[in-house]
Amino acid sequence: MEKTWNNKAWFMVLPVLLLVAFSAVIPLMTVVNYSVQDTFGNNQFFWAGTEWFTEILQSERFHSALIRNLIFSFIILAIEIPLGIIIALNMPRKGLGVPVCLVLMALPLLIPWNVVGTIWQVFGRVDIGLLGHTLESLGINYNYVQNPLHAWFTVILMDVWHWTSLVVLLCYAGLVSIPDAFYQAAKIDGASRWAVFRYIQLPKMNRVLLIAVLLRFMDSFMIYTEPFVVTGGGPGNSTTFLSIDLVKIAIGQFDLGPAAAMSIVYFLIILLLSWVFYTVMTNYDAER
Amino acid sequence: MNFSWMAWTLPTALFFLTILALLIGMAVWEYVSPGGNPRVGILRFETTRGDRLFVSLLGSAFIHLAWLGLAGPNLWWALALSVVYAVGVFRFV
Repeated sequence: MEKTWNNKAWFMVLPVLLLVAFSAVIPLMTVVNYSVQDTFGNNQFFWAGTEWFTEILQSERFHSALIRNLIFSFIILAIEIPLGIIIALNMPRKGLGVPVCLVLMALPLLIPWNVVGTIWQVFGRVDIGLLGHTLESLGINYNYVQNPLHAWFTVILMDVWHWTSLVVLLCYAGLVSIPDAFYQAAKIDGASRWAVFRYIQLPKMNRVLLIAVLLRFMDSFMIYTEPFVVTGGGPGNSTTFLSIDLVKIAIGQFDLGPAAAMSIVYFLIILLLSWVFYTVMTNYDAER
Repeated sequence: MNFSWMAWTLPTALFFLTILALLIGMAVWEYVSPGGNPRVGILRFETTRGDRLFVSLLGSAFIHLAWLGLAGPNLWWALALSVVYAVGVFRFV
């Protein structure tokens, strides 16, 4: 049957375009406007040109927050992806254990971000928190409020607790889609457990793993609520990631111009990374 | 409708009008020559002319940012470099 081409169908997506225009395009245009101006309130603006961009690009504070964010995302991926694969590999494929494990895995994902932050803020306290109290009992002088290393440890542990489930569920979906014939063939060939993983399971999980890496990278690169609730960006600036710094500049200091310039630089970095991931994913699909 | 709250300035208005003109130009190009002209260039993956415009715009943004951070506030050379880069992208990517 010949395919029918009718460009009038584009009118069907017009409501979505209008919605995106109002929720994303117009606010983004406003941010671009603010990024080249200065304001002291009362909706009065003064032309500043590229001054805020120069200031942001040469700012030690911005560089530090960016590096912290990249390190955080790298650590998160290095922990959550292998851990997610290991857990998914060990989850049951049949029986009552399947729904039990799936529900347990889904639970952390259902908790709102600010609640997760509050849970871990209490959990890490030495006086009333299970984690803090246990570490204290073991002779470890744990204090995430004053020690930057402990703050990082808490924030990373919290993110791993919250989001590894997502990687697990994605990997599990990839694993259960592998037909039994593959495993039977491997058994006949006398393949080892590692060979089964390397040549059957991992290639079949590649696509979901790419999605998991993309989602976890973007999420961790834009993380705000959880570390803000637990550490407030401290001690000092040790857990001040880009989004926390951005909110401090925009709302705390009411420097709309520099905040807008920083938003655009931040947005461009995310856009670049998203494009790289998207290109890798779509080209991998095309090769397959 | 009053858009004064958006604090429009002539340079930002010109910037967005340029983007709009580019999008309209691409739509007309697609109407005249449908299909997006997909091809495999030096990046070794298939790109359409829409992809090439996106790569050109994103790359130009980073060229301007790099120029601001490393060279200074005079962006005319960055603009010239971006045009050369965009021509290169449309020719070879």
